[in-house]
Parts: sequence; structure tokens; C-alpha cells
Amino acid sequence: MTAPLLEVRDLGIAIGALDVVRGVDLSLGRGKTLGLVGESGCGKSITMLAIMGLLSEHVRVTGSIRLSGDELVGKPQSALAELRGKRMAMIFQDPMTSLNPVMTVGEQLGEAIAIHQPRMKRQARQARALDLLRLVAIPFPDRRLLQYPHELSGGMRQRVMIAIAMANDPELLIADEPTTALDVTVQAQIMELLQRLQAERHMGMLLISHDLGVVGDIADEVAIMYAGRICERGSVDAVFDSPHHPYTHGLLASLPQIDRTVGKLASIPGALPSLASRPQGCRFHPRCFHAQETCRREEPQLRPVASGAVAACHFAEIAVPSRKAEEVA
Amino acid sequence: MTRYIVRRLLSLPLLLLGIVSLAFLISHATQGDPLASIVSERQMDNPEVVAAAKARWGLDKSLPEQYFIYIRNLLSGDLGTSFRTKQPVAQDLLERLPATLELVIAAMLLGSTTGIVLGVLAARFRDRVIDHAARLWALIGSSTPVFWSGLIFLYIFSVVLGWLPGPGRLDARATPPEGLTGFLTIDALLIGDMGLFWDALHHLMLPALVLGWTVMGIVSRLVRASMLDVLSQDYITAARARGAGEVRVLLNHALRNALVPTLTIIGFTFAYLITGAVLTEAIFSWTGIGSYAVDAARSLDYPAIMGVTIVGGAAFLLTNLATDIAYAFADPRIRLS
Amino acid sequence: MAENLALPGVRRREWPKWLKLPVLIGFGIIGFWVLVCLSVDFWPIDNPIDMVARRLQPPSFDHWFGTDALGRDVLSRTLHGARFSLMMSCAVIIFAVLIGSTIGAIAGYVGGFVDGALMRLVDVTLSFPPILLAMAVTAALGPGLENAAVAMIIVWWPIYARLMRGQVLSVKSREHVEAAVAAGASHSRTLLKHILPLSWSPILINATMDFGQVVLLTASLSFIGLGASPPTPEWGSMISEGAIHFYQWWICAGPGIAILSVVLGFNFLGDGLRDLLDPRSK
Repeated sequence: MTAPLLEVRDLGIAIGALDVVRGVDLSLGRGKTLGLVGESGCGKSITMLAIMGLLSEHVRVTGSIRLSGDELVGKPQSALAELRGKRMAMIFQDPMTSLNPVMTVGEQLGEAIAIHQPRMKRQARQARALDLLRLVAIPFPDRRLLQYPHELSGGMRQRVMIAIAMANDPELLIADEPTTALDVTVQAQIMELLQRLQAERHMGMLLISHDLGVVGDIADEVAIMYAGRICERGSVDAVFDSPHHPYTHGLLASLPQIDRTVGKLASIPGALPSLASRPQGCRFHPRCFHAQETCRREEPQLRPVASGAVAACHFAEIAVPSRKAEEVA
Repeated sequence: MTRYIVRRLLSLPLLLLGIVSLAFLISHATQGDPLASIVSERQMDNPEVVAAAKARWGLDKSLPEQYFIYIRNLLSGDLGTSFRTKQPVAQDLLERLPATLELVIAAMLLGSTTGIVLGVLAARFRDRVIDHAARLWALIGSSTPVFWSGLIFLYIFSVVLGWLPGPGRLDARATPPEGLTGFLTIDALLIGDMGLFWDALHHLMLPALVLGWTVMGIVSRLVRASMLDVLSQDYITAARARGAGEVRVLLNHALRNALVPTLTIIGFTFAYLITGAVLTEAIFSWTGIGSYAVDAARSLDYPAIMGVTIVGGAAFLLTNLATDIAYAFADPRIRLS
Repeated sequence: MAENLALPGVRRREWPKWLKLPVLIGFGIIGFWVLVCLSVDFWPIDNPIDMVARRLQPPSFDHWFGTDALGRDVLSRTLHGARFSLMMSCAVIIFAVLIGSTIGAIAGYVGGFVDGALMRLVDVTLSFPPILLAMAVTAALGPGLENAAVAMIIVWWPIYARLMRGQVLSVKSREHVEAAVAAGASHSRTLLKHILPLSWSPILINATMDFGQVVLLTASLSFIGLGASPPTPEWGSMISEGAIHFYQWWICAGPGIAILSVVLGFNFLGDGLRDLLDPRSK
């Protein structure tokens, strides 16, 4: 059996004495999509920066991150830079701020190509840049090459970011909330584009989102993150149909659903604890309806549950009624 | 953008008039008696000599009259006649302009390149030894009086080490080429005299170093601050995410953005350069406008002082305008709006 | 959150942000010079004006900084010079702040034509490179320390006028000021009670930073020969005298280091003050 495209084992990220992320396991196969879901501040963005090797030297990363079996943790920056943009690429949340304002679209695309194919001739690079813009379905691509980011609309900018990410046909595409900063109408188009590119190129995609709906639509697997830990992970079907962690359940319950007759929008009480004030025991217990004495003392570990997923809850089997059952009732 | 430039250009004549008027006011409505510097003390009692001198320099007319005459002459490029050199001030200044420009440009190039390098290094290695050292060096540069550092540098490099020549623009035995640009380094190249070129360059080095040090202090401070600002932006992380190496990130992405705000202070630096140039020229016997100003001030040569002040003010104003426009052009967000 | 963690990282300090080594050094230097100013008459050093030894002696045990062309003790002259430099700079800054902020406050508060006219005057004055303006004014008034001081006040007041006007304009629109005006408070009362107290901190920061620059310009004017006249032990004119005796480097060393240390000290202090008082600075 060959190694999966991306395998993260026991990832820990710490800044000084503060544990930002601990014990994160993730696995993503070629051509598959993994959704990483959580509230903002739960550590999903920093996890993704760790995978890309983009964290500053003051941030301590432990555990293992393997790209096709190749260990990334501890690799020198120069070696990581060679991988970035070539084998793994990334799209950012806000296309407004992630494009360099004083460089034209053409310059930035050309740079993305030139970094990894330095011997390519200028004209060939130009042609390739044009192809990339066509690939992401930007109208009048030749004109866009000479424009600056601020002259483009938000959706167009995100398409440019995607084109830049696709410049060297990466195996892994990390998309960090790629549609959050965009208009609702544009969001669907961008997601569609990402799905199409993924299918065409047989890329692995790590989709980071706080929107369970989007993840449910396009991901194969899903991992739910809370306060720096994974609380439930499994196939989309398993996790969505029968969530075993109260947090997952809460997230799903707060999701507006067209096919649900009862228009009840639940929300989870309380707020995500800050980095410095994470509670003892289960990190979710202050917000959990079912919290028991054990939850306050012991931190639950991920373990297999009936749905085939894994969940980190002491009472995974009893705390959460199956969603199917709820719907029947 | 165009409207902005037009508005700035329209305000220019008014400001220039303000400069001239203020300079005129300062040098005429004061206690100092200009006659004292024209007429020798012995002849002060002789009414004929005094009257003749007054008539010659236009001092017999009323202040408003003198003002309008000055403005009228100014419009035809006449800045008056120097008490000291007995030459037209405009001619004096033109003759000395190339020397000052050569010094100022050399200092600017030296100061801004080293300043940018130091600023980038300090920002990249923030809070490390290299950052502290760069900042201290820059701060000392902008805190040291140039007339003192000039003397110290001369003593060290010229007297103790003997690496560089003493004051002046050329070796005392050399003759400068006439009728060319007046930039001695360029003139020497034009006539193909390499010996003369090296001589001029060697003479230029120390004053440019002294003057450039102050510029370096200001530039590196600003480059550091704006580099730190830029380095925390998303597009820097995005550039790294596409595989850009450290050098490319620093120079292509960060510096390119950081230089835009740096441009604005070039106008501001110009004020320091003028201050520095005046004193540096005095130390290095550099026959430019700065040493002319010092000589004029020492001998109370009012027309010359006024001329230098007006020209300096106008140059300062124009540099500021030029940098503002350059700034607008350097940032595509402003240029295209 | 994640953005702050990206390369290159930013470390946070735990002790008071503004109290750093440079600020302490600044305090030390300025404290030293203030002490010298107050007590120099009681120091066991030679009279700065008298000839006390042979001319042009290099530093020795008797004369730590050597002697100058007239056989005066350079150390003693340097220490006495602090009085002229610091007192003069103090006077210049105080007057520039008083005049400038009064004019700026009036311009900002009254607005309209008065504001326009005053601000044009500020623009024009700021259009001159400081040293040229100072030279022109000093030359016109006649050389001397007092006139140099007047010249520097003329150079510096517009900076404070502009600063104060900006402050007044921004404070004027705040609710409690509008409320005071609505409640019938008089103009001068509104200005003094409600606006000025909020405006002093940027002025203080600027004044501290400018102090060093004033010291520099004072020395520059004296160096040119427009400020202090011999035998006054003023730093700039001491360097000017020393420049003639170029090979006797020690004559310039004392006053040069003195100027450098004062300017550096005020720069350090100003930086610290800005960190302390200005919430916007990093």
C-alpha cells in the first residue's frame, strides 16, 4: 500500500508555553477532499500553515506531517520552499489582502511559474499564465495579465489566487476558507471551480471552513476541530448522519436545512475558550449539555464509534441521539 | 490623481510668493543695518558715500518699493547683487550649483542604498543583534553633528590613515576642466582623464560619506518600520506559499511595497541634506552653495543670504511636490484611481 | 490570529513596554547633563575662560580632555557648555510650543479665514530648510546667542501650530466638547478645560524629540559663527575653534561627544515617551 498523499500524525503546535494545537491526526488520499471544520480561533488555520511550513521559527511544531511519505516537520525552510507552490499549494481566505498590491496579475502568475520552472522562457511563461487564467475561467484573460489586483472584483481575485495555486499542478491544494470573504453569489461559483479543478487534476484537497454545509457538499472526509483538538473525524456520511460528539451535533443542529421540516435553528451556548484559558478535562465541557464529573477531570481520547468515525467524547454513545432518530421523532 | 497634481501645482505659485515675501521680510525688517556691511566704518560719517551706497543698492527707497523691485527683478531671474562678491547672486549660485548637486547626489545614493540594506536586514532579523546594531548605527548617524563627524573622519582617513585626501574638490595642483557640466567626476570622464576622475572621486568620498550617514539614519529607520508592516501582510505569506525563497520575498515582495512609503520621506530627507550640505561644505572647503551660504551669513551679505534662502526654499518645495507625485505614481492603487 | 504567527514571528515582552534599555540610557545621559548644568560651578575643575596651562596640550592626567589654542581646559569648557546648550534649547522649545500651540489652537478653534491665513503662514515657514531660515534670521538680527534663539523659535513654532490645530480639530468634534458648547460654556473655557488637556501628549512627545534637534541647530549656528561668540564655552563654537587646530583632535572631541550624547539621549527618551503615551505606536 502506498503512503497517503497527506498524513498528519500527533501534530502539536506551541508558542512558548501555550499549546495551540495538540494531538491532531489527519489523513488525505489522492483525489480526495478532506474538510477541516471549526469555529475561528480553534486552530485550523495554524494547522494549515504548519502543513505548508509557513510558521515562524518561534512557533514549535511537533509530531509528523508527511507529504506522500516525505516528512515535512524539521525540514529546512529552503527545502520546504521548493515543495510549496509545486507539490502543495494554498488559497487564502481574503483574496484582497493575499495578492501583492503593487504587482500585476501577470507578474504574480509569472513569478509562481518561474520559481519552480526557472528555465522556462519569458514567452512560454506568458502563454502558460494565460492558460492558467483560462483554466479558472476569467473573462478577457489577456487583459487581466496587465491589471493590478485592486482593479479586479473579489471573485476574480480569488480566481487569480486559484490560478497561481494551480501554476505547477500541485498534488495537494489547501484552501483556507476560500469563499468566506466573497459575495454569496460568487461563493458557489468558486466552490464549483475548485471541485472541477480537483476532479480534472486528481488533486487532494484540504478544505478549511467553518461552514459545515459547504464541507458536506464536496468533502469525502471531515474532521471537526475544537479548541486545538480534533473532536470527531470520519467520512462525511458517517459524521453528518450520526454525529457522536456533542459539538458536532451542535454544529449540525445550527445548520439551516432545506429538507428539514422543522425550522428550528439551534446554537451552541457559550463561546470558544481563548488560548490561555482552555479548561481542564474535556475542552468542550463548559458548553456541553451532557457534561459529567468525568468530563471535568479527564480529557477524552479519540476512539471508534458506531458510525465508523472516531470521536473524542466520554459519552459518545449515549450523549448524542442519532440524528436519524431525531429526525424520525 | 490628475486633479490632485493640478491642485498641488496651482498652490505652488502662492507658496513661492510666500517664500519670497517671508525671506524679504526677514532680511529687511530687522535691526541689522545692511549698510554696515557695505560701507566701511570710517566712511559711515561721510553722507555722500552713504547716500551713494544707498542709491546703488536701492536702500534709499521705501520698503514696499524695494519689495516690488525685488519681485520684479526676481521674475526676470535677477536675485540681486552680492555685497561680498559684487557679482549677481543668481550667477554665483549657478556657478556653485554643480558642486552641491554632485555632493548631494553622491550622499543621497550612498545614504539611501546603505539605509535600505540596513533597514531590510533590521526588519528581517527583528530584535536580534543585527537589528539593534543597525538601529544604533543609524541613530548615531542622525544624532552626530556633521561638522564634527566631518572633522573626525578627515582626521582618521586623511591624517592618520592617509587613505583619502583632505578638503577641497580636487588636488590643489590639478586644474578643473572648464565649460562642461561642473560635476568634476563626470567632466573628468568626459575629457577622458582617469587621473583627474580618481582625484575628484577620492575628494568626493569623505564628504559624501559624512553627509550620507545622516541620510542613512533616516532612510533605514523608515525602511525598517515599513518592512515590518509589510512583512506581516497576507500577501507575504501567500508569496511564501507559492514557494518564493527568502530573498525573493524580501526584495520582490516586501521591499517593493515598503519603498512606496519610503519615497515620501525623500522630500523630508532633503531638508536634512541641505542642513548637512551647508555644514559639510564648510568643513570640506567644498565650493558649493552651502559654503556660499555660510560665507554670506558670516559677512552679513543680505542679498546673497536672501538668494540662498529663497532658492533653498523653492528647491525644498519642488522636491516635496515631486516626491508626492512620484509617490502617487509608485502605488498603482493611487495611480489608477 | 494565525496571521500574527506567520514568519517572521513577533515576540512579546512582559515588562513595561516603554521601559527599555535605550530609555534608561536616555534618562541617564540627560540626567547627567542636567546635574552638570545645576552644579558645574562647584566641580573641582578649572575656570572655562582662564588660561590654565600651556596651549594645545594633549589629554593628560591634569587635563583629561587636553587644552585648547588659548591654553584653556577642554573638559571644563565642555561641562560649562552644557548650560548654554540645554538652557537655550529649553527656552527655544518652551517658546516654540507656547507660541505655536496658541496659534494652532486659535486656528483650529476659530476656523474659517483666520485658520486659512495662519495655516498658509505655517506652510510657508515650513517650506524653508530649517538651517537656511535660521541662518537668514540670525544674520538679519545680528549674530549672537539670543538672536539665534529667536531664529530657532521662528523655525520651530509652525510644527507645534500644525500639531495643535490637528489635535483641536479632532477633539473639538468629540461629544463631551460639543456638549460643553451646547451647555453654554465660553470659548476660552471650552478650549482650556476640555480641549487642551487632551492635546498635550503628542506635543510632549514632539518636544522631547525636537530638543535634540534644537541642540544640534544651536551648535551648527555657533559653528558657522552666528551663535555664541568667543570666549563663551559653547559646544558649536568650541568645535569651530578646534577646526582651525585640526591636528589637535582633542579640542573638538569633548564638545562633539557632548552634542552627540545629548541628541542621542533625547532621541532615546522621545522614543520611550512615544511608546508610553501614544497608543497607536507599535
